[in-house]
Amino acid sequence: MSAQATDITPARSTRAGALRRKLPGSVAWHVGSLLILAVILYPVIWVIGASFKRSEDIIGSLDLFPTDPITENYTSLSDGIADISITTFFTNSLFLAVGSVIGILLSCSLTAYAFARIRFAGRNLLFTLMIGTLLLPYHVLLIPQYVLFRNLDMINTYTPLLLGKYLATEAFFVFLMVQFMRNLPKELDEAARLDGCGHLRIYWSIVLPLCRPALITSAIFTFINSWNDFMGPLIYLNEPDRYTVSLGLKMFVDQEGVANYGGMIAMTLIALLPVLAFFLAFQRYLIDGMATSGLKG
Amino acid sequence: MGTPVTHAPAMEGLSKDSEPRHGPVKPVRPAALKRRRRQENLAGYLFMSPWIAGFLLLTAGPMIASLYFAFTDYNLFDSPQWIGFDNFSEMFGDPRWRHSVQVTMWYVAVGTPLKLLAALGVALLLAQNRRGQAFYRAAFYAPSLIGASVSIAIVWRAIFSDDAIVDRTQQFFGIEVGGWTGDPELIIYSLVALTVWQFGAPMVIFLAGLKQVPRELYEAAEVDGAGKLRRFWNITLPMISPVLFFNVLLETIHSFQIFSSAYIVGGGAGGNACGPADGSMVYTCYLYVQGFENSRMGLASAMAWMLLVAVALVTAVLFWSQKHWVHYEEGA
Repeated sequence: MSAQATDITPARSTRAGALRRKLPGSVAWHVGSLLILAVILYPVIWVIGASFKRSEDIIGSLDLFPTDPITENYTSLSDGIADISITTFFTNSLFLAVGSVIGILLSCSLTAYAFARIRFAGRNLLFTLMIGTLLLPYHVLLIPQYVLFRNLDMINTYTPLLLGKYLATEAFFVFLMVQFMRNLPKELDEAARLDGCGHLRIYWSIVLPLCRPALITSAIFTFINSWNDFMGPLIYLNEPDRYTVSLGLKMFVDQEGVANYGGMIAMTLIALLPVLAFFLAFQRYLIDGMATSGLKG
Repeated sequence: MGTPVTHAPAMEGLSKDSEPRHGPVKPVRPAALKRRRRQENLAGYLFMSPWIAGFLLLTAGPMIASLYFAFTDYNLFDSPQWIGFDNFSEMFGDPRWRHSVQVTMWYVAVGTPLKLLAALGVALLLAQNRRGQAFYRAAFYAPSLIGASVSIAIVWRAIFSDDAIVDRTQQFFGIEVGGWTGDPELIIYSLVALTVWQFGAPMVIFLAGLKQVPRELYEAAEVDGAGKLRRFWNITLPMISPVLFFNVLLETIHSFQIFSSAYIVGGGAGGNACGPADGSMVYTCYLYVQGFENSRMGLASAMAWMLLVAVALVTAVLFWSQKHWVHYEEGA
């Protein structure tokens, strides 16, 4: 995507002249970009430095990194919070995130296939409904869903947090996959059809493999969303041994000032690491996925 | 992603491939055609069945239930009691509710335009093809992924508190207002700063839109003697208006629903769930307090429906305004 040049001021004439005209602009460009970069990175670098500071120095001191770094904040985490080990929170979050990814990939791709490759009665109406749910504020569903799962005795289980992922309720990913599948050549289906393949075969053996970029984008976004989710776990989970990382952090916040501030900052950073790692590994997929969704939206 | 990005009108539905699939190659017997169509319908609904189940069970059903709860007194333990419009009159008469509406409106009205301005500004900067462009684009996008997390909310609470970096910077310029998170008036601006910090997602969409603008247009305008500002106003802005519309719509709807950041930056649970003197009491925070801390499920449902109405109104106004400022290219 970054191949085309969009430089608005095409510099022609002699090279020296072009250079003279371009240089100040170039310097300004880099200075501007670096300034923005500093603002963007400051909170992340701050938290790295702070996690090696003494609790009482974290807020007051302006130094990004402490002169005598300590590791007690990290070692203090091995005691856990309120008798729950930190690894419990991470295991719970990981379970939910992986469970969500599997659900989203299966259910959303099935739905997207129907929208993109099968001509059935009522398709346009259902598509409009699906787009409508994209704009629906989640909070309208919050209370009735809670009542529903409470009546089904599912509070404190992961079902309320996962069920929707297996029933394609995340319209954004359906939409992303529909856009992708619509661009695959129709001739593929027709050829497969002549060979006697049904929709299930075409979906599984032809369309899904070709959709890999869209699937990867959806998988990473789902993982990150699930990892960051706060309101869902806050409402549905109330026993600390079921808590996710977000809720573990909230336990820290609730007792802030009383106890281990440095430990909280250390855990804050550890909680960010999986998301940052995914970002570093897959940033192309994330950014391109984001860009495509907007343009075709 | 490997697909070519095309400039298609927003929300165009599925009309693109609605023309007959096989064309008039050879006549098909009506009976076979009918059978084929029945098979396609069956296959379609089978593939759609998870979504349909989810839609009925987790979206449509709950919406109806929520509308019913809005007119009842319901505390989860006793069955709902029909009370007509009492929840709504209580809501409108509640100064705390009105305060939460005010806080949210302020947050949306200040935060969203600032965020989009930052996104567009930086996108214009990055659209110049210079070294390091891809790196900056990626780095600026990162906050959008972590910005909604509890972690970043904790960091925000720290760097905007008394004596931390923001406060010290203010002191340097002679402004003595203290940290923002402890101040009922200022805490909302720390949330505005948090949303502006996440300008990367709309920026990426703007950038993709900017790359679609044909270069010939700029060259032609330059020949005609149009200056930079003229070119931006008369070419860039109309050409990216569909993308601008998409960003405005999505970011506005999103802003109305801010919760976790406000909840954590405001200090978490307990007596003052949403900031000092309810300073960061955004709408969904109050909804959470009423529903899940006070067990007023009926009242909270009424509040949720008011939010839905507000979001629907804003969406409708935006879609209506489209015809005045959004330019879709014919047949692009």
